[in-house]
Amino acid sequence: MIKAILIFNNHGKPRLSKFYEHYNEDTEQQIIRETFHLVSKRDENVCNFLEGGMLIGGSDYKLIYRHYATLYFVFCVDSSESELGILDLIQVFVETLDKCFENVCELDLIFHVDKVHNILAEMVMGGMVLETNMNEIITQVDAQNKMEKSEFFPFFSFSLSLYRRLSFSLPGRTGRHRPVLQERPLVPYQL
Amino acid sequence: MSDVVEKTLTALPSLLSLDSHPGSAKLSSTSKLGNLIRGITELTSKHEEEKLIQHELLAIKEQVSSPNTTMRQMKELMVRSIYCEMLGYEASFSYIHAIKLAQQGTVLEKRVGYLAVSLFLNESHELLLLLVNTVLKDLQSTNLIEVCMALTVVSQMFPKDMIPAILPLVEEKLNHPKEIIRRKAVLALYKFYLIAPNQVQHIHNKFRKALCDKDPGVMTASLHIYLQMIQENPEAYKDLTPSFVTILKQVVGGKLPMDFNYHTVPAPWLQIQLLRILSLLGKNDQSTSEVMYEVLDESLQRAEMNHNITYAILYECVKCIYTIHPKSDLLEKAAKCIGNFVLSPKINLKYLGLKALTYVVQQDPKLALQHQMTIIECLDHPDLIIKRETLELLFRITNGQNVTVIVEKMLEFLCISEDDHTTIDLVGKVAELAEKYPLKYNEWFIETMNTVFSLGGDMMQPDIPNSFLKLLSEGFDSVEEDRKLRLFAVNSYIPLLRGEPGKLPQRFLQVISWVLGEYSHLREDLEPAEVLSLLAKLLDMKNSSSETKSWVLMAMTKLCKGGADASVTQEVSETYSSSLDTVLRQRAHELQYLSQDPELRARVLPRGAKPETLEVDSSLSFLDRFVSEALAAGAAPYKPPHQRQEELDQSKALSLEPYGLSLPISMSSCSITDRQSPTLLSMSSGLSGDTLKLDGIKRVWGREGYLAQREPVEEAAQVEVPSPIQSPGRQGEGDSLHSQTPTQTPTPEPEQEKQQLASSLFVGLASQSSVSLMGKSEPMPQRFRRKAKGQGLGSSFIANEQISSSLISPPSAVDNLLCNNLLDSNNASELAEQTSQLSQSLTTANGTCHAEAELTESDTKGCNPALRRDNCVVAAGPGPHNDPGRLTEVCLDSYLPAELSGLSHSEIAPLCANQSLNLSACHVQKEDSLILVVFIMNSSESAIQQIPAGEVTSYSVAVGQYSLTVKRPAVHVEVVGTVSYQLPAGTSQSLQFSYKVPLTSFIRPFVVSTEEYGTMWLSFSHDTKQNLTLINDNQEPLTATLNALKKKLQLHVVEVIGMEGIVACRLLQDLPCLMHCRVNAGWLAVWLRSPVPDLPDCLIYHCQRALQSL
Repeated sequence: MIKAILIFNNHGKPRLSKFYEHYNEDTEQQIIRETFHLVSKRDENVCNFLEGGMLIGGSDYKLIYRHYATLYFVFCVDSSESELGILDLIQVFVETLDKCFENVCELDLIFHVDKVHNILAEMVMGGMVLETNMNEIITQVDAQNKMEKSEFFPFFSFSLSLYRRLSFSLPGRTGRHRPVLQERPLVPYQL
Repeated sequence: MSDVVEKTLTALPSLLSLDSHPGSAKLSSTSKLGNLIRGITELTSKHEEEKLIQHELLAIKEQVSSPNTTMRQMKELMVRSIYCEMLGYEASFSYIHAIKLAQQGTVLEKRVGYLAVSLFLNESHELLLLLVNTVLKDLQSTNLIEVCMALTVVSQMFPKDMIPAILPLVEEKLNHPKEIIRRKAVLALYKFYLIAPNQVQHIHNKFRKALCDKDPGVMTASLHIYLQMIQENPEAYKDLTPSFVTILKQVVGGKLPMDFNYHTVPAPWLQIQLLRILSLLGKNDQSTSEVMYEVLDESLQRAEMNHNITYAILYECVKCIYTIHPKSDLLEKAAKCIGNFVLSPKINLKYLGLKALTYVVQQDPKLALQHQMTIIECLDHPDLIIKRETLELLFRITNGQNVTVIVEKMLEFLCISEDDHTTIDLVGKVAELAEKYPLKYNEWFIETMNTVFSLGGDMMQPDIPNSFLKLLSEGFDSVEEDRKLRLFAVNSYIPLLRGEPGKLPQRFLQVISWVLGEYSHLREDLEPAEVLSLLAKLLDMKNSSSETKSWVLMAMTKLCKGGADASVTQEVSETYSSSLDTVLRQRAHELQYLSQDPELRARVLPRGAKPETLEVDSSLSFLDRFVSEALAAGAAPYKPPHQRQEELDQSKALSLEPYGLSLPISMSSCSITDRQSPTLLSMSSGLSGDTLKLDGIKRVWGREGYLAQREPVEEAAQVEVPSPIQSPGRQGEGDSLHSQTPTQTPTPEPEQEKQQLASSLFVGLASQSSVSLMGKSEPMPQRFRRKAKGQGLGSSFIANEQISSSLISPPSAVDNLLCNNLLDSNNASELAEQTSQLSQSLTTANGTCHAEAELTESDTKGCNPALRRDNCVVAAGPGPHNDPGRLTEVCLDSYLPAELSGLSHSEIAPLCANQSLNLSACHVQKEDSLILVVFIMNSSESAIQQIPAGEVTSYSVAVGQYSLTVKRPAVHVEVVGTVSYQLPAGTSQSLQFSYKVPLTSFIRPFVVSTEEYGTMWLSFSHDTKQNLTLINDNQEPLTATLNALKKKLQLHVVEVIGMEGIVACRLLQDLPCLMHCRVNAGWLAVWLRSPVPDLPDCLIYHCQRALQSL
């Protein structure tokens, strides 16, 4: 089972936190801090799995993370999940975000926390993996968004497009998804 | 860039004010979110952020509570609250508004509302109850999105006690035409299963249906449930193995639609899940394993190495192959796979390869040998995680010869590790290894332990210092060795104390002071006065805890001899005899008196004495008389703390814990699904054998008080026996093996070092591997040896086997247990204890007939019935039926006591028999009691003495009557008893029996008025709710159902008003239970209340059964 999903940037600012097990507010913050501390000091060429950490990483749990541009995506899972399976699930998640937001960047996650949560809810439900097929997830999210579309302002998206300098370089892209993304220069945006 | 942003953002409101578009409100608040985020960006300190957010929260609070705020604005406010909460600031005022938004908003607003609720609240939050109605409404909605949202929030969190309210609706969704709804419903039910397994027991066949769903997505979702349930009880799902195999075969064969492919791999996550399930099913089960060999082989072949995800499948495959009953050619392929993992340049794969190696190394140590060079490289890997995993692997292959090298590596790692969890874990492992092999390397052992103590600090498990001291004090076989070891310890501690003892952890200081107190006399050149002053220095240190101080004082007590040392001790004892800490004060007084009285001290603390083994009467039988006198004087029987606590809790709060109310019809399947069943079942095997013998338990008291029991002495001896003889041979083998590795030939300098390391690390493995190549059965003797030593790894395997064998223990035992009480794993012990008590009471009550022996519950926390028996035993004279061997049940009927013969009684069931006695029993329902009638039939030629009834002559029947009452209800009440009797030959024997009575037999109508009912309803604290099926015949359904219940369960219908009815009953003698029924959407919503815990749950179970059987 997945215990928690955390997204934070290179400076440890949380961008999304979803806990599938109850912790109190302070513990949650502590977990985020500790996780960031653990993950951020790891080099690029080490493995994507982490054990240890008193709070969430104890005994049966482990952290599985990926680092994209300015963001860390961290899944905390117990032993009933496959490590590599989750690693690819993170990839699916990010690719899905990328499709939904058209070249996703950190700001999308900040301003549309609710949307990101909705996408996540179609993938993982109550700690269990619900759907792993990107197209299926997008179909579900789109079905819900149909109503919302009409409410969007044209210049609202315009103003945001100013921010859109930062894009994810998605590592390990192979197969049919490759052409979707182009490498863009990374502009570190500090928030 | 930020200028542009700023301009845009500040421009937005002015733009909006000109615009009369309805979306303006939304935008302005979005820009408020923008403002907030921008504001946070500009801040430099945490303090400023706090101030800003508090300000923001105040603004939100004001707006949220204003009546003019529209739902649309509310939605934006919620997003802002979510943002603040994510940053760690509490916005509890918005929780109620989130619920309101979910309740009242349009679909989109609802979605934000639900999201906010699921982020803000948790399962036990009281506000969540307010969401129940909204969820109910949305589940019934025709809008699919609303249904989806409701299911999502339900699977994230839902109050446990409200599950029955929505369960039928969620179940209904399993038949929904849309697959996404079915899929979410399955996951929601899985969540229910996790938090309240008893609630969903009756829908197991629906899970099976979901497994067979035509949509693969729904089937995938159902695998979550099966993985969990099979983990808990693999035996129950063996029959599904072929189905899982078929599914996997189809998936691997590419039979699924292309949509399910991920990077051209068909449904990889599904494959992983299936492989995990298969490995659970095939564990220790040859026939089941054989079913899956083919498909495992196929998945191994199909998974071509081209993408991450195929490695994930391969890894699961390999693990599965090594878990199930072994097959040699599969193992070979799997071993190759592991090799590929370990050798892979990709670091993630290396990690998994090491994990796999660790997993299989016990069965196949040869594999570790093959990869020894890689393992050595991994030891020096820059990634700490890889390093740790390698150490874990090495820990598993440690033996007497390589232990020093491996421990050294571990200590090296400990020095650089910063993670507390890792440190604790590793320190424990080092200590375990060091204690396992202490004899040969005295100095090494002490030095290692010193490092462990100083590195592990005060975080380490407290049993490490304990067992170290025990090892030291008990010593080994050779007196000389012991002396050396102790002397070495003393020698190593003195410089530490002379140095900077302030830096040492408290635990280490305690160990040091104990050792010095006991053994410093071994070092002849050391004056006790010096040791005393060193110890006294510890007392003056600021950071010494009072626990450490008391250890130090104790050590000083042992050392002081009067004379020159007197001044130091005198001073110390004076200082601490007025300490506020009572323990310290006690120690100080001891020190004072014993230092002045050397004779007394020599008697109390004899020097160099072996720790004595004290026999402890753990049953405290010497207190029996005292207890029985107290009981006779009216004292309440003893309840263990956990039971008291539980009762306290139950009396304080509503019992939200669901009890086994909706048990499935067949009891055997129930045994399988109950989450506690593994323990239950293993207990049942214990029952059939003779566990629970508490005699023979010894505890060892050392001079320092209680020391945990372990057997390191034998352990050490056993381990060491083979090594000295075989050591040279092994060394050779290790060498020859590594010389086969291709990297060998002309070796550069560092390479040689590595090889040296390799040979020292992997020494001893080769000989092992030649014994136990692959099979699981071969290493058994080794495992048994390990078990005898109480070692963890091997013995856990055996424990597993025991459990699995107990799973197929006679079904009767299982049934009894389950019927008696499904919820409590302590059951078996209770049963057994009750048995013994009953037999006592039967024998003692022999003379005095009307003594009312009340059997109090033994230390139960479950709902065991207590018996009260009017011991009026009626001895039937030698009856007219003197025909031996043909005393049938029909005949027994006539033995029923006259006053009972008019009443209805259950079938007379045979209980048990031996060559001389036949026991049968039935129960008779009297108006105010339930009588258990036991027929004791002498089927032998001779008379039998001392049956409770007195003497039973040959071929006659004695009848005993016992009135039963229930103290704590259970679905079925089990009476256990023993008949003790004496044959004429003088041999006394006993016969045990058990008899099961459904709770319904204890239920009687309870006549109350509606007013009385009302006052009672409010005062009862235990309740449960459930929906029952209505009977739909031509009558009005409510009355029909109530009448049926009345007839079946002897309830009293108090009043029926419209669609509601109130019913009352009592459990003998006078424990009331009230029932409130309401017809609601084709169901009968039943609410039961009672002052007795568990009674509502048990009763509702019987109501369900009663209605089902109609």
